Amino acid sequence: MLSFDVLFPSVLNGLTTGAVYALVALGLTLIYGVLHIVNFAHGAALMVALYAVWLLKTHLGIDPYLALPIVVPGMFALGYLLQRVVINRASHGKDENILLVTLGLSIVMENLALMAFKSDTRTIDTPYTLTTVAIGPAMIALPKLIAFAGALVASAVLLWTVRRTDLGRAIRAVAKEKQGARLMGIDVDHVYAMSFGIGLACLGAAACFLLPAYYVNPQVGGGFVLVAFTIVVLGGMGSFAGALVGGLLIGVVESLGGLFLGESLGQIGIFAIFIAVLLFRPQGLFGARA
Amino acid sequence: MSTRRTFLKQSAVAGSATAFPLVGGAQPRPVKIGVLHPVTGALAYSGQQCREGAMMALEDVNKAGGIKSLGGAKLEALLGDAQSTPQAGAAEVEKMNEAGVSAVLGAFASAICLATTQAAARHGLPHVVDVGVADQIVERGLKNTFRFGPGYRTCAQVAVANLHVLNTAAGKPAKTVMIIHEESLFGTGTANLLSRELPGYGYEVKEVVKHANPTRDFNNIVLRMKSVNPDIVIPANYYNEYALLVRTMQQQKVQPKAIYSVLGGAASSYKFLKEFPDASNGIIDCNHWFNPRDKRSLELRKRVEAKGLFFSYEVFMAYTAMRLLADAIERAKSTDRAAIIEALAKSTFSDHIMPYGPTKFVDGQNQGAQPLMTQVIKGDIRVIIPREYREAEPVFPLKA
Repeated sequence: MLSFDVLFPSVLNGLTTGAVYALVALGLTLIYGVLHIVNFAHGAALMVALYAVWLLKTHLGIDPYLALPIVVPGMFALGYLLQRVVINRASHGKDENILLVTLGLSIVMENLALMAFKSDTRTIDTPYTLTTVAIGPAMIALPKLIAFAGALVASAVLLWTVRRTDLGRAIRAVAKEKQGARLMGIDVDHVYAMSFGIGLACLGAAACFLLPAYYVNPQVGGGFVLVAFTIVVLGGMGSFAGALVGGLLIGVVESLGGLFLGESLGQIGIFAIFIAVLLFRPQGLFGARA
Repeated sequence: MSTRRTFLKQSAVAGSATAFPLVGGAQPRPVKIGVLHPVTGALAYSGQQCREGAMMALEDVNKAGGIKSLGGAKLEALLGDAQSTPQAGAAEVEKMNEAGVSAVLGAFASAICLATTQAAARHGLPHVVDVGVADQIVERGLKNTFRFGPGYRTCAQVAVANLHVLNTAAGKPAKTVMIIHEESLFGTGTANLLSRELPGYGYEVKEVVKHANPTRDFNNIVLRMKSVNPDIVIPANYYNEYALLVRTMQQQKVQPKAIYSVLGGAASSYKFLKEFPDASNGIIDCNHWFNPRDKRSLELRKRVEAKGLFFSYEVFMAYTAMRLLADAIERAKSTDRAAIIEALAKSTFSDHIMPYGPTKFVDGQNQGAQPLMTQVIKGDIRVIIPREYREAEPVFPLKA
């Protein structure tokens, strides 16, 4: 069980899963870091994106990777509108309202999906679904490898956007000091909606990379959102580097947990880490502001 | 274009259709039957296949003149969807009861059957179980529950005994076993039975791994398999997971001496065979199977395939279960639930395509029910054991 031939593929497998987790968590941490919204609708939004990818593939024959330029802007627009039209208005400036609004949104989205698609678990079949690539002793499924690379690129783009662009500076300014940013002429409402939009755009990318090796059903988001919250806490609330490292770490922990404890118990490690971080390092691995 | 002649022809047909009831007198009231399967959710494929089989039998009965002892009464299906959960299944039984069905047929999965038979028992409603292999289904003393096919204890015993026969004949190359099962009643129960049976024949069960439905990644399980390196891999799960497991084994280049399934969801499936001919090659399965010597099974297979469907075990199990029920209603001469239960209990139904012989129920279990052993050989599923149904010589162990 402890041989390199078994551990190495399991760790690689975990890294590929972890990269997608990281992408989901990046969206969540952006929304949390700037808007201070604990977005319970994150999982449901991922589910919506997965269905979009599935629909594009099954009805229009669009490959999930080619669907990126459709799904990512689509999710961005959905996020922007949701924040401006629903969340912002319904919150009346109170954080606890936002909590309930996003929870309500997730319930609405899941049930709409149930109505439209029933509770069937759906998958797509692509020519490369079962293709594997040999890396040393490990045979890694090609879609997972692409997901790993894609998630890292998407994360890099996001980090660059936040660090180097005017929008990124505005986002960081609003996150630090809302009033000050407004006095400097930053359109705070617009930045809020942009952040929410980008957060959901991350999910759009994650969905495109995920579906070739995964499935979609109306409840699929639930599993991801718990893991994503753990990653955000582990990495430090609002820390992008933390979300990326945390995601990869959680992926590996889950994979090794599955290997040693069995698939049904594999996720125990994740939540043990969650509790341990809260107890001993509540600011998270990379959290400085706590 | 409509000519005068076709108009005349059509009106003649229409006329005779409307006139017929007047000539034949009042039509007897149809017999309502609840046809309950998980047609959506994780088990949707199997559930839909079951429904198809049951409906084909129902149409066959109706086409042959309906229930003759009730003046040619037609069978009328009330379709239900268990949504792949026991709760939804039980709720559907309540609805069917309200709608006044005379019997329920269903519900494919063991865990769902456990709930639906119990719900039906509360209303004295006869329930024919089409697949549901968990033995608890017929061991709770429910008078309304009848299972035509074999339970998983019988299947596990037959499978292990035959494994030993095959292994002994080959010079005992196999000593260790790994079991992979799904986590609901069917998989867990089967795995427990196998873990108990196998050591008695001198096999070591090295690992028992369970997984959820759905599972979309078997890499970890297959890696575990690699490190355990068992001679024989026994999967007990439903179609999607079975197929993915075997494909992942192929990807990771894990080749045991045999993939020996017990009630494997995809092992003896024409669908799997067609979609993954390489992965399925050589797989042995101890499962529900029709009598290959009976010509009618081939006819039924052709009819199912003509509809663009695969002739899977769900189809012929539900088909024969419906025929069994129709036979009981015929002899009950009544749509009364108690009378149908009594007729089922006394059933000697033998006009079927399964290798069971005449039906004999003891506590709701058909005593003659048995699984057959099949193997995928040269692109087809062939019966290898028992000898009286054998179509091909078994290949054991598989050459790597």
